[in-house]
Amino acid sequence: MPNIDIAVIGGGHAGCEASLAAARLGKKTIMFTMNIESIAMMPCNPNIGGTSKGHLVKEIDALGGEMGRNIDKAFIQSRMLNLAKGPAVHSLRVQADKVKYTQEMIKVLEHTENLLIKQQEIVEILVQDNKVVGVKTATGTIYNCKSVVLAGGTYIQSRCLIGEYIEYTGPNGLKSAKAISENLKMLGIEIRRFKTGTPARVDARTIDYDKMEPQYGDEQIVPFSFSNINSDITKEQLPCYLTYTNLTTHKIIQDNLHRSPLYSGVIEGVGPRYCPSIEDKIVRFSDKERHQVFVEPEGENTTEMYVQGMSSSLPEQVQLDMLRSIPGLENVEVIRTGYAIEYDCINPLQLNHSLELKFIEGFFCAGQVNGSSGYEEAAAQGLIAGINAVLKIDKKPPLVIDRSEGYIGVLIDDLVTKGTLEPYRMMTSRAEYRLLLRQDNADIRLRDKGYNVGLIDETTYQQFIFKKQAITNEIERLKTAYVGTNEMIQSILAKKGSTALKSGVSIAELLKRPELEYKDFDMIDINRPNLEPDIIEQVQIELKYEGYISRQLKQVEQFKRLEKKAIPQDIDYEEVYSLRSEAVQKLKEIRPISIGQASRISGVSPADISVLLIYLEQLRRRK
Amino acid sequence: MYQDTIAAIATPQGLSSVGIIRISGSEAIDVIDKVFTKPLKNVASHTINYGHIVDSDNNIIDEVLVMLMKAPKTYTREDVVEINCHGGSVVLNKVLLEVVKNGARIAENGEFTKRAFLNGRIDLAQVEAVMDIIEARTELALNQAIGQLDGKLSAYINNFQQTLLGIIARIEVSIDYPEYESELDNEVKEDIVILNDKLKQLLSSADTGKMIKEGVKTAIVGVPNAGKSSLLNALLEEDKAIVTDIAGTTRDVVEASINIGGAQFVLWDTAGICETTDTVEQIGIKKAKECIEVADLILLVLDGSRELYDIETELIDSLLNKNNVIYVTNKSDLNIKVVLENSIGVSAKNKIGLDELKQIMVEKSIGFQVLDGGISNQRQKESLAKAINSLDKVLVSIYNNMPEDCWAIDLHDAYGYLGMIIGESLKEEILDGLFSRFCLGK
Repeated sequence: MPNIDIAVIGGGHAGCEASLAAARLGKKTIMFTMNIESIAMMPCNPNIGGTSKGHLVKEIDALGGEMGRNIDKAFIQSRMLNLAKGPAVHSLRVQADKVKYTQEMIKVLEHTENLLIKQQEIVEILVQDNKVVGVKTATGTIYNCKSVVLAGGTYIQSRCLIGEYIEYTGPNGLKSAKAISENLKMLGIEIRRFKTGTPARVDARTIDYDKMEPQYGDEQIVPFSFSNINSDITKEQLPCYLTYTNLTTHKIIQDNLHRSPLYSGVIEGVGPRYCPSIEDKIVRFSDKERHQVFVEPEGENTTEMYVQGMSSSLPEQVQLDMLRSIPGLENVEVIRTGYAIEYDCINPLQLNHSLELKFIEGFFCAGQVNGSSGYEEAAAQGLIAGINAVLKIDKKPPLVIDRSEGYIGVLIDDLVTKGTLEPYRMMTSRAEYRLLLRQDNADIRLRDKGYNVGLIDETTYQQFIFKKQAITNEIERLKTAYVGTNEMIQSILAKKGSTALKSGVSIAELLKRPELEYKDFDMIDINRPNLEPDIIEQVQIELKYEGYISRQLKQVEQFKRLEKKAIPQDIDYEEVYSLRSEAVQKLKEIRPISIGQASRISGVSPADISVLLIYLEQLRRRK
Repeated sequence: MYQDTIAAIATPQGLSSVGIIRISGSEAIDVIDKVFTKPLKNVASHTINYGHIVDSDNNIIDEVLVMLMKAPKTYTREDVVEINCHGGSVVLNKVLLEVVKNGARIAENGEFTKRAFLNGRIDLAQVEAVMDIIEARTELALNQAIGQLDGKLSAYINNFQQTLLGIIARIEVSIDYPEYESELDNEVKEDIVILNDKLKQLLSSADTGKMIKEGVKTAIVGVPNAGKSSLLNALLEEDKAIVTDIAGTTRDVVEASINIGGAQFVLWDTAGICETTDTVEQIGIKKAKECIEVADLILLVLDGSRELYDIETELIDSLLNKNNVIYVTNKSDLNIKVVLENSIGVSAKNKIGLDELKQIMVEKSIGFQVLDGGISNQRQKESLAKAINSLDKVLVSIYNNMPEDCWAIDLHDAYGYLGMIIGESLKEEILDGLFSRFCLGK
């Protein structure tokens, strides 16, 4: 029997990050995938990034993951969203060439030492004394291993639905994993049934673009990876197109609702509220006269176009009718029909923050199998699970990112503390300390952690240290770079519509004015060093939003205080006399590690927390 | 822990026809069964039971009614038993002693309320209300405290929180879904202004709340011999202050308290304000001026039977910027020489015009809009002020064209501070307050 260190089950976005992290940290790793073709596949939208998801990709990159570097090789359009809003919510989103993304990722995997790819279905995870000891393939081979990362995505016990038609496959008609579900249940893991879906893909040659608004990429392209500098990336970008549904579209859907498996009761799984199908949108927002539809290319060398906003599981003919009622799509031909997909996933409350199951050592779970949705959410979990599978073997404490350090921390804490009753999508509003968790400073926040784990090489790290120092130096310099009230400065201010100066002031002080920017002072700031744009950006944000940032830092202090109030893991909640029974049950299930975590559990009220605090205080005094 | 059973005399000490002993805790029923002639273990909850309290030798101590209230629908959410005894401290203490002998311990001050709080029965605002009820001096104060206990304050605050949440949600949606048509409009700003105004109104009612709770501090001021002390005595209907024809009789502040229409007024009769070289009188005048500064209400007493002195004109001028002054023209029984606009004519001597004065005193201080369950304590007031301050910061951010994510920071803070008023958000300050409020030893 072959011996390995870590078995990664699944080759999607979670599986890729987990495998790469494990192998790069020196562990003998095998990625088991049902179909080589489905490695790093994007079976739904052709985008990476977007609000909060872009933040995740940047954080993955800062920690030493692959997604950012890979998409920088495979994007076909790049946009920074929310530019009119504050820096905290600037969000990078790109259109991906799906085929290229997959190919580039496979190339990286194949060239990684310690990593093997095997096209095999895993049917059983072998556990002895509550510890993972191996995995068994459908063909009967057993691999001994010390840790497993389960990243089965939407393939476990999956079925796809188009109207009355049902097919028992994974996404894109690929084989589904049928055996492992039973095995998971046998191991005592609570299984859930979730649902998601995807719209039709249509033929670019049958679209009338004149009736749609083109949407172009940004002139100035910002890369996802901190290891690429802006000028490295040039690209002929492809446009997307915007059109709208209308009342005819809505009527077609209304008339056929009974044929949607969503409404006929065939679908048992719970779908995401934040990424609803068009049927859902029509029913829930019946007063809206139109919904946006984005038509986006799926790649450079394909005529397939993705119809964002029209996710549907209605019968094929109905889908065609509704598409053809939309301006620009009157003569459209469908290449792939939209479908809903139902799949098994686990209740993530069974996981620790390290993404290891609470009751089986060495058993890690990542990605959609944990109830999340989205490529970026999956990749982030895959990276953390991969790292922690290694740290577990090395008997080191796990890597846990807290809510004040990154969106990854918010994502995982939400999943393992609050759980989720629908596919979980990342959103900036889920983060309490948004102004600190910006996409532009992900490296400042997380590079150290990536370096300490061992995924950031020395050269990259030294560059980062240099950048950090340069930012600090420049901020200090600007705080003492005084400008007088001379004519030159007054004319600069006048040009920008800014109030004239009455007395001398530092440039740092001037930058606090919303209408002024760093580059406005190029002319008068004689000692200005030559700095990279990313450094200038940090300097500018730090100074401009200083007041807000310091307020947010205070909030973080409060938060950390409660996170540090540890709850002993042997606490008997039944003993805490005054806790309400709902709280006792929730606390027993989740076993929070701190008062902070306990306070985020739904069903645990502030009064319960007071009771718990008093109980702990009394325990402490008794000792 | 809290599972031990506590007992205390729940009615005020002193002579009364009935006295109540309250027992609360998991063994409350065991305890009562040991001292009461009728076994209650299997009796339905919320019943009144007749019998006798007996000692260990079966000697009858008192004939009583026992109210049995089983958890969780009780004040503390624990089993609660109340023994209605005959009044008189001897009997009550004897019964209590028997109860303690059989497994209960004497409750600490406020411990029933503490348990109600810890068991999630009432929130922090309600705890404070209970304390206020115990200390309530007047009917209005009691109404306010009961309003808070009722959760009326919590309901107000929840309402504000909902509005705020709606504003936050609109901002979050516009941030998280930039590609969809959800641009923020001016409405958000307007809604914040409206909400902030409402909070400010509530804050100003906090002063009313405080007056209701602590009594309206009323300074009676004027020049010597205008009849301030006579007015005090007339309002009190007793001779509290010494009244003579000699100017400057009152040299220190004389304090007295009356109840007008259910509200408490603390009256300060002060030394007459004048030019003087007398050291003692000077101290009195200094004190009078201090009273003017801290008073909720000022009664400026003028002698209507003569022309105004210069010092009176000065005094009137110095009070012009205050809106809590009532001008009282005294000695209306004599030949009136001067009538100030908006002044109330009274005769302290002949008790004329006093009812009208009392009515104006109420209007000028707590007004007509007495708020049930309004804000009344310092902690709530501070939290409310912080919430307002946060919203002010949001408006500054909007004014300065700062982006939405910056507004959100202070909006979230405001939400948290509102929660703190009713003890709902988990901030360190609340916990500190909690730990200092209750002795948590052993």
